[in-house]
Amino acid sequence: MKYASEFRDPALARALLARIAETADRIGATRAKPVHIMEICGGHTHSIFRYGLDKLVHEGVEFIHGPGCPVCVLPMARVDECVEIAERPGVIFTTFGDAMRVPGHRKSLMQAKAAGCDIRMVYSPLDALELARRNPGREVVFFGLGFETTTPSTALSIQAAAREGLANFSVFCNHITVPEPIRALLNDPDMMLDGFIGPGHVSMVIGTHPYDFIAEDYGKPIVVAGFEPTDLLQSVLMVLTQIVEGRAAVENQYARVVPEHGNPVSLAAIADVYERRPSFEWRGLGEIDASGLRIRPKYKAFDAEEKFGIGYATGRREVAEPEGCACGAVMTGRIKPTACPQFGRGCTPEMPLGALMVSSEGACAAYWQYGGARAAAE
Amino acid sequence: MCLGIPGRIVAITDESRQMAMAEISGVRREVNVACIAEGPLEVLVGEWALIHVGFAMSRIDEGEAERTLQALRDLGEAQEALEAMTQGQQSLEAAR
Repeated sequence: MKYASEFRDPALARALLARIAETADRIGATRAKPVHIMEICGGHTHSIFRYGLDKLVHEGVEFIHGPGCPVCVLPMARVDECVEIAERPGVIFTTFGDAMRVPGHRKSLMQAKAAGCDIRMVYSPLDALELARRNPGREVVFFGLGFETTTPSTALSIQAAAREGLANFSVFCNHITVPEPIRALLNDPDMMLDGFIGPGHVSMVIGTHPYDFIAEDYGKPIVVAGFEPTDLLQSVLMVLTQIVEGRAAVENQYARVVPEHGNPVSLAAIADVYERRPSFEWRGLGEIDASGLRIRPKYKAFDAEEKFGIGYATGRREVAEPEGCACGAVMTGRIKPTACPQFGRGCTPEMPLGALMVSSEGACAAYWQYGGARAAAE
Repeated sequence: MCLGIPGRIVAITDESRQMAMAEISGVRREVNVACIAEGPLEVLVGEWALIHVGFAMSRIDEGEAERTLQALRDLGEAQEALEAMTQGQQSLEAAR
């Protein structure tokens, strides 16, 4: 329990850990035959490692780190397309900083910037809108990346651009959704998941009902969780309690922030601007049906794929991931990061080969940053 | 990028665009409040909200704001968000 003293409320953390252990014992979970709980959100992965929760919980509870880090699941082909857009004359390409170091086949955005492209890191699509207002002679493209937490921000920005008639603003849309990859994972016959920790801030936007199928169709518990370590422990206990009681339901541990039906303004903006793509490619997971969003035809003037004739607008081609990179197997829980032959050798946070090493929310970067497993690799 | 950061709305800056000034861990940044607006924007002044990439997404109470900020600081995410805001401001000025 060496980390427990770091908790804001150590007594609560200890009590939760004791109840987790007791419940895991009642299930009969052991190190050899653990209960597998997937935390979907990369923020939760980061928190689990930061507080060493994976080491603190009963040995029969194993965390499987899910695909909830948008930078980590971004396929190389999309990075290549970003670079292609950024190389067009007159373009100012704007992006969240997280995406700068994701490797592409030719180069990352960082390398493209060093080679002279006008690529700017912004905090918000609002910054990109402002750049478009200030630079009417330039094409300002925003790299729209992320799950349902960031999707409302680009939807509202596109609506604003349409209202203002800002013809030199467009979004390269790579927004993805949480429920569909979970369905794909559940349909994978190799998957051995017993329950889920649901994302907190995504659920603040979409509410809890989009997860109903997990409980109803697949009979697995899911608990939407906050980000404090005691939130996560409480949620693990709630998942285990459902298992021991033979129930499967969608429960909300984070009701202080997550409303059952989500945020209505955000959902309306998303529905107005975006529609589902037939399928979208995920790094390591391949194409997943209906898992990505595209800009509706009525806003096509603000769609960079249309404007630059790039991406899905051109018909798709398969592009392989780097040789020896096991991001896919890590993301589906088949292997731990340290079992990847490239972990810590060809792939480090300084020189990432696979996307899971790029973001602090990626499982490999978390393993690396918070030691422990790192030694096991050497 | 995916985690919101708590901020306090200190002024309404542009009613028609639904923009407000927020104070986020000591840094002032203009944010969009469309997602938390119910009626006149003035009532938001003094309120806390979770802010995602420049958009206030959920009203929270002060205690929740403090606890969330502490959790984000522990993860290094608060610093990352504040640096991104500074970077964003610089990107507006940067010439080619």
